[in-house]
Amino acid sequence: MQTEALLHAPEAATQPTLVVDRLKAYYTTKAFGIDRDIRAVDDISLTVAKGEIYGVAGESSSGKTSLIKTIVGAIRPPLHVVDGTVRFNFSGQSYDIYDMKPDKLQAIRWRHLSYIMQGSMNVLNPVRRIKHSFYDFAFAHMGLDRATFWDKVRDHLRRLDLDPGVLDSYPHQLSGGMRQRTTIALATVCTPEFIVADEPTTALDVIVQRDVLAMLRDIQRDLGSSFLFVTHDMSVHATVSDRVGIVYAGRLVEEADTPTLFRGARHPYTQHLVASLPKIGDTTRRASLPGRPPSLADPPSGCRFHPRCPLAMDICSREVPTMTNLTPRHRVACFAVTGATP
Amino acid sequence: MFTIIRDLIRYNIEFAIGLAILLLLIGAVILSFFSPYPAADIYVVPPDMPPDAEFWFGTTSRGQDNFWQLVIALRNTFAFGLAVAFLSRILSLVVGLTAGYAGGRVDRVLMAINDSIMVIPHFPILVLFYFVLKDEMNWLMLVLILSALGWSYDARLIRSIAMSLRTRPFTTQSVYSGMSMRKILVEEHLPYVMPIVFATTMNNMIWSIGMEITLSVLGFTDVDTPTMGQIIYWANSHSALISGIWWWVAAPVVAIIVLFIGLFLLSMSMNEYIDPRSRLNRMGS
Amino acid sequence: MAAYMIFVARRFGQLLLVVFLGISATFFISHMTPVDPVAESITAITNFGKSDPEAIDLMRKTLTELYGLQGNLFEQYVTFWSRLIRGDFGPSLSAFPTPVSQIIFRALPWTVGLMISATLISFLLGNTLGALAGYYRKSRILKILSLGLIGLQPIPYYVLAFILLILFGFVWPVLPITGGYEMNADLTLSFTLVLDIVRHSILPAMALVLVGAGSWLTGMRALTSNIVTEDYVTFAELGGVGSTRILRSYVVRNAIVPQLTGLAMSLGAIFNGTVITEIVFGYPGIGTLLINAVHAGDYSLVLGLASLSIIGVAIAVFLIDILSPLLDPRIKAE
Ligand SMILES: Nc1ncnc2c1ncn2[C@@H]1O[C@H](COP(=O)(O)OP(=O)(O)OP(=O)(O)O)[C@@H](O)[C@H]1O
Ligand code: SF4
Ligand SMILES: [Mg+2]
Repeated sequence: MQTEALLHAPEAATQPTLVVDRLKAYYTTKAFGIDRDIRAVDDISLTVAKGEIYGVAGESSSGKTSLIKTIVGAIRPPLHVVDGTVRFNFSGQSYDIYDMKPDKLQAIRWRHLSYIMQGSMNVLNPVRRIKHSFYDFAFAHMGLDRATFWDKVRDHLRRLDLDPGVLDSYPHQLSGGMRQRTTIALATVCTPEFIVADEPTTALDVIVQRDVLAMLRDIQRDLGSSFLFVTHDMSVHATVSDRVGIVYAGRLVEEADTPTLFRGARHPYTQHLVASLPKIGDTTRRASLPGRPPSLADPPSGCRFHPRCPLAMDICSREVPTMTNLTPRHRVACFAVTGATP
Repeated sequence: MFTIIRDLIRYNIEFAIGLAILLLLIGAVILSFFSPYPAADIYVVPPDMPPDAEFWFGTTSRGQDNFWQLVIALRNTFAFGLAVAFLSRILSLVVGLTAGYAGGRVDRVLMAINDSIMVIPHFPILVLFYFVLKDEMNWLMLVLILSALGWSYDARLIRSIAMSLRTRPFTTQSVYSGMSMRKILVEEHLPYVMPIVFATTMNNMIWSIGMEITLSVLGFTDVDTPTMGQIIYWANSHSALISGIWWWVAAPVVAIIVLFIGLFLLSMSMNEYIDPRSRLNRMGS
Repeated sequence: MAAYMIFVARRFGQLLLVVFLGISATFFISHMTPVDPVAESITAITNFGKSDPEAIDLMRKTLTELYGLQGNLFEQYVTFWSRLIRGDFGPSLSAFPTPVSQIIFRALPWTVGLMISATLISFLLGNTLGALAGYYRKSRILKILSLGLIGLQPIPYYVLAFILLILFGFVWPVLPITGGYEMNADLTLSFTLVLDIVRHSILPAMALVLVGAGSWLTGMRALTSNIVTEDYVTFAELGGVGSTRILRSYVVRNAIVPQLTGLAMSLGAIFNGTVITEIVFGYPGIGTLLINAVHAGDYSLVLGLASLSIIGVAIAVFLIDILSPLLDPRIKAE
């Protein structure tokens, strides 16, 4: 088990709950005989410890959703895994997502691993009442009799500030925020050990967004679960995440504890993200990044950030910088930081 | 256009087969102009001959060469299907584009009429036409009647595309630059719906030819223009199957099936080409 | 509930429009005839012998009245509607003086029975196979089955029925190929009679099912493969919901409403198919009656059959239309 990720793992002694190792996943589209690869996840390694909140940030189309889908094994053609492994550790048992029988994978879902998809307002079956979804998703996993099960579901809804009456509604009868909270309730009712959430609050207005995030955080603390979540909103990461990984064009470029990342970011792209956060009393116009986000079908050579990077050097367009530890809990992939030797 | 057809032939086996079948049948249609016998003449060859080297598809009890009858019938049937498809495409384009573009009350009225025509059963109406027209029911009359009945389904399809085109920026631009509705529809929207119109042509031909065959076999059309249905009609009226002249029935039935499978394959592959979602699904499997 | 009532009212308006347009078309088609139905009928009757000029004159008057042909076109149109509403289509000429409505109602159960059972079977079969084929995309058996049914789909009802007739009438004669029951069957209700009727209905029903199932299959397969990419299906899969449950309660439940709309829209075509198939197999329903009426020159019967077909199909479409919202809570007044 001498994987690259484990070598860089912050607490190599205790088993991390999630180990992603050199993961590559591409969208391969075949149109009239011509293959086209979109390298949405390109050589990403990371770990998430038990009880930790790991945040993933990056601009739109950088491959955040693709990464998450690959991690939870929710990929569909044309997205497919090209290389690497994803391994979860639940109650001392290790599960390799891409090397296990489909029914076993199915068995750990929801009980141990639950996933709140991007656009979680539209994930409920439009033609059935909400209670059927709770029954389908959770009943078999909880091993309770019906009466206890429904009591527990109602309690859980109340904890999320939802009237248990939503159980008898159809999704289209609820507001977007209620639907999102219902989905979160559905994803957490079985007290899973690992919760994955992709932009769980993006469609909500700022006030509701805070509420929902606070709730998610509370539930995560209560349950002691690990939590991997994506948002492009850096200010949300500042308040919620324990550790943040920055994704640029399908690659992880920097990763550190939240305070370190916000105070001492080293990668030029992260520095730009942090600098563009609004600060109280600051009235200067924020410099926007020159150039456009790269196409993942035909990414720039070497460091994918080099066409837009203020510090770009010769080597940057030739060689790919690898993730290097600055401190045990701070990794970065940039020649300007680690020196020009790859 | 040609590159599209070339790509379709190369990468879509259904299209290639459908096209091959259609070209074969068109070859037969061209051949029909070289028939040694006038179509309507009877007793020009010895009757009831089974297929052999001289009479490839045998001869009929009416003393006609089955092969030449068949290719001539194929020509008439083809012409029939094309004529109906052409006229009814015009109707469905006019109704569909207008309803989709105009929206509101115009749309509601047009679609209410459209849906009515869609659910009214055609067959009793066609029989009624024959019943009152009798001998006046000729080839052209039937073309007109079927065209009047066969546009509604595709008008709905075209309308739905026109509705989505209406919200596109280029339409708004044309409206502000003062183009008339007719001009916008003809110059801006028509090119977008043409591929769909081509695909529906095949389905419409399947439908109209099927109707024509049914009516012919029942003797409800002009019995003197030979079509595929006509041949079966004459074969039935001479009890061909009972007297063992099976080739008289088998030839048109097989030809019809081949024709329909060809049209169907073309329509299916064209639909697939037009709708990228179904293409994506194919790739995924 | 109020929204549903508005929906039903709109559909009812559509029903009235269909009936109005269809019946008007029937009326005007039947009145543009170059031949005079009264003269035709008289010729048909006098062919059998008697030709007393006075009697013919009387006959002419009576028939003109019976066919509702007095007065100008508008008066005739009004007469046509008022008779239709009373369900009075006049007497049949070929079975004088039995009322047309009585003859039609005798044939109706055969057509309705054949149409309902064939439609039900092909709808269930096609949709089940289509859903399975769309969901289990890799299954070999499903692919072959689908290909078979889709291949039959473009063949017109007449030709397929005809092929079945040849196959089971000449090549392998195991099933009765004509009629609705044995020629001299004892028509009191008994097990043998039911069995006989079922045996006679197999071939016509098979023709309808073989042609119909393919289009349901294609439609359902396309719907299914689109619905499986919907977020709520992916979410349920990730939620560990079993695949049969997903297929039934998530995929099919969402696909069935558009399929029912499709059923309503194609009911006219299905009716055509039923009628045509009846003709091939000499099945004692509306279709055979219609053809016989045409051959016998029975003006009022042809007219009655055309009108009733339009009304019957329109009502069936209306019923399916107003039932489908019960399966989809999102359908409102629009
Ligand atoms: N089904 C697909 N087929 C082909 N390419 C896809 C598909 N889905 C996504 N992509 C491509 O993969 C890349 C990454 O997309 P992804 O959804 O992972 O981005 P993201 O970071 O989640 O963006 P956002 O913040 O907008 O959600 C994009 O360039 C996108 O165009
Ligand atoms: S490796 Fe080079 S191009 Fe990439 S971020 Fe560092 S300095 Fe910029
Ligand atoms: Mg995303």
